[in-house]
Amino acid sequence: MDVTSLTAKQIVKLVLTGSLSPVDVVETYLDRAKKLNPKINAFITIAEEHARRSAEELEKRLKKGFPGKLIGVPIAVKDVISTKGIETTCASKILKGYVPPYDATVIRRLKAEGAIIIGKTNMDEFAMGSSTELSAYGPTRNPWNLERVVGGSSGGSGAAVAARMAPIALGSDTGGSIRCPASFCNIVGLKPTYGTVSRYGLISYACSLEQIGPMTVDVNDCALLMEVITGKDCFDSTMIDYKFKWTPREVKGLRMAVPKEFFGEGTDERVANRVWDIIKLLESHGAIYEEISFPLARYVLACYYIIAMSEASSNLARYDGVRYGPPCDLSLPWYDSYSKIRGEGFGIEVKRRIILGCFALSAGYYGRYYLKALKLRTMIRNHVLSILKSFDVIVTPTTPFPPFKIGERVEDPLALYMADVDTVVANLAGVPAISVPAGFIDGLPVGAQFMANHCCEDLLLTVAKCIQDETNFHTKVSKEVRL
Amino acid sequence: MSDIKVKIGLECHCQMTSLKTKLFCRCPADYRGKPPNTNVCPTCLGLPGSLPYLNRRAVEEAIKVALALNCKINRRMVFYRKNYFYPDLSKNFQISQYDYPLAVDGQVTINVNGTDKVIRIKRVHIEEDPGRIVYKGSIESSPYTLVDYNRMGIALLEVVTEPDMETPTEAKAFLQELRSILEHLDVSDGSLEGSMRCDANISIEGGSRVEIKNITSFKEVERALSYEIIRQRNLLRRGVQVKRETRHWDEVRRVTVALRAKEEEMDYRYFPEPDLVPIEIADEMIKKIKEQLPELPATRRIRLVKQYGLTEYEARVLTSDKHLADFFEKLVSIHGNPKIDCNLVINELLRLLNEKNIGVRDLKFTPLEVSELLRMVDEGTISWKSAKYVLRKMVETGEHPRKIVEIEGIRRIASIEEIEKYVDMVFEKYREDVEEALREPKVVHKLVGEVLKETKMLADPKITFQIVSKRIEKLRELKK
Repeated sequence: MDVTSLTAKQIVKLVLTGSLSPVDVVETYLDRAKKLNPKINAFITIAEEHARRSAEELEKRLKKGFPGKLIGVPIAVKDVISTKGIETTCASKILKGYVPPYDATVIRRLKAEGAIIIGKTNMDEFAMGSSTELSAYGPTRNPWNLERVVGGSSGGSGAAVAARMAPIALGSDTGGSIRCPASFCNIVGLKPTYGTVSRYGLISYACSLEQIGPMTVDVNDCALLMEVITGKDCFDSTMIDYKFKWTPREVKGLRMAVPKEFFGEGTDERVANRVWDIIKLLESHGAIYEEISFPLARYVLACYYIIAMSEASSNLARYDGVRYGPPCDLSLPWYDSYSKIRGEGFGIEVKRRIILGCFALSAGYYGRYYLKALKLRTMIRNHVLSILKSFDVIVTPTTPFPPFKIGERVEDPLALYMADVDTVVANLAGVPAISVPAGFIDGLPVGAQFMANHCCEDLLLTVAKCIQDETNFHTKVSKEVRL
Repeated sequence: MSDIKVKIGLECHCQMTSLKTKLFCRCPADYRGKPPNTNVCPTCLGLPGSLPYLNRRAVEEAIKVALALNCKINRRMVFYRKNYFYPDLSKNFQISQYDYPLAVDGQVTINVNGTDKVIRIKRVHIEEDPGRIVYKGSIESSPYTLVDYNRMGIALLEVVTEPDMETPTEAKAFLQELRSILEHLDVSDGSLEGSMRCDANISIEGGSRVEIKNITSFKEVERALSYEIIRQRNLLRRGVQVKRETRHWDEVRRVTVALRAKEEEMDYRYFPEPDLVPIEIADEMIKKIKEQLPELPATRRIRLVKQYGLTEYEARVLTSDKHLADFFEKLVSIHGNPKIDCNLVINELLRLLNEKNIGVRDLKFTPLEVSELLRMVDEGTISWKSAKYVLRKMVETGEHPRKIVEIEGIRRIASIEEIEKYVDMVFEKYREDVEEALREPKVVHKLVGEVLKETKMLADPKITFQIVSKRIEKLRELKK
């Protein structure tokens, strides 16, 4: 039996029936991860020791008859999520060597359900990027084409799942960071409704926008992971009362809005066509669609980046070398030591966003930039919600183009920011959004994105399940990762 | 000199010491005396990924204060981030308030030299306390800076006044009243070190506004302001413009020092804290808190005058410190002589407290022991003068007053026979004076004085006078 071709659900079933032991599962995945990682660079840390120890503990736990929803399932965790005892770097030099003394709430929940953290995945530094090229640990390579980017910022998680180095993964999504790599990797990625998954332990980039979410091969695993990670947590004050529940049903009668601005200029025609294929597929199952206009589309990137950068400038102020990370230079006055540590520790994109964010919040510019962006955000949110009054979902491409070449856009921040143009809307509106495999262009994966109203994740999964069942794209694995 | 107008505004930072936990995490609020950096958690240490979660009790406590300061409570309160780099701030921003603070537009009446004056309160808001910077030796000689985050995240209340005070004395009176209000509300214990600190804004007619930071206790405020007034006045006299700047109060050298220009031009880049949601404050909640407000110093003053027949002044002195007033009322309830009890508390006891620089609650005895002391005076066992002496001993040793009287042998001598023995001695010793007293009645007093001296002042002066007078009278008759 090839364990790495199993879904998480299947692993749990086999572990519970005793046909598979957590130790075997972990060893198989560790072996594969260790073999493939030099090629893909999906993991910053492969938590070998931790994973083995956890697997052994789970064996004992099984004997006591005390299983869990994810018993024996290895999971790759984006290196932006705090894991007790496992180095957590955010792909930044400034957190090199930082071993958190506490678990993020999602990690506590995963452990309680018997999941095993197999490693910490690569990402754009502090989740700022859309290609996983901007990591202090080098770029992650796309398992479908090693010369191509994997998307970002949760690129390591996307690649790990696509290359079957882990059956499931956690990413975080501030402006598309789960959905973009999911789309580039031919997997499912869900950004949950803002406030449904605890952010406690998620290292902040832009706190009002981001959520942790699942990245999986299979839609059912996505649902399973959602069951585990959602739910109120007293450590996160921005949460809403919501517990995920999903019963698959038919898409018959589903009303889809297709905003034409996200299919036109700036969008690769081939990508648009793949998404249209998916829309037609759903239509053939009884869903109905209507083309609509989203006039605010041209402002979404500006709005998103001003808010994200402003929050980031404040969130990233704490990295000063006093409490963790590279030690202070005691020969310097404190402020010079701070400058030195931050100057050397942050990468160029992080510095760019901090500086722009400081500018947008500074006296005299606050009203012109930050406050204006907040007002625009309210307008965008209201517009999205008004569309979702007449429609169940909004369909767009996940990204306007397929995976590009490594190095192609990295020198041009604005070209890189364009990758987020379809995804940021969901973050600004706080609504859930999913990227589902929509086929390939010259062997490169493409994703279709669906947004739904707050707390309507079940609807998104129903749509995704229908697509998965009809296309079977998810069963395809890249030749590059055959061992 | 005194006709130049001075305007003083205060920003007071008061720790809400009655809370059990910190403002945004559940670390104990009682950080004092703990080994450095042990009273911390991911949140107050600002570890990557940690989030603040509000202590709701802090909001309720703060509402109590805002109501007591006659403020308007905002129905929607928002926390903001105040961004600046400093080693005592674990996140390099402070969670504070900016627009939509807890409350605005209040007022407090102070009294200086018998005159009432209204000080307007601009705003009241909640924020977190930074950690503490510790130097080895002094700031100049220390080879490094140590930071202790035990205090990081303690709930602070900031009370900002309008520039309504005109003298350092008024500023001090305001702070005293504020402290008393906080203590009556049981929100803050002003006697704990560093629990109440303030910044002051001061401007003299013709000059710019100067901010004085780092005034670490209310006691220092008067000093810092007096210094600053003299400094600014001297500048003006020499025709030098007073610059708008921020200065630091150096408690050791007792001067204000200008800060580096860099620190002055701080732009805090305030923006709403995205990790916390706006707090809605329901009318119901305000109503409930209002109903449960305890008696405040102003009403207590009126009651003390009415109930015990005290003077305005006496009531004011007592209520300037909640615990002093409590002590007095307890004492009256046992001893039952308001005039005498008040006199003992505000004259004798308060003087001793100030002299020893301690608070009422540091006393090692209760009003019950003091009532025992006063009973001994009432019984005639000791003199009032001895009573004062015993009180001092009580403050110093905590011994029971009756025991002190025994040990010190200061029981009053009231028995006629006993006093007569001393009179005999004195009449023997001062024959010439006795002779003179026969002619000149005034000299009788001198003899009485000598007798008292011989008894170490323990003899009852009245009885002594009677005995001496009778003796002289007798001698005079014998001579005839």
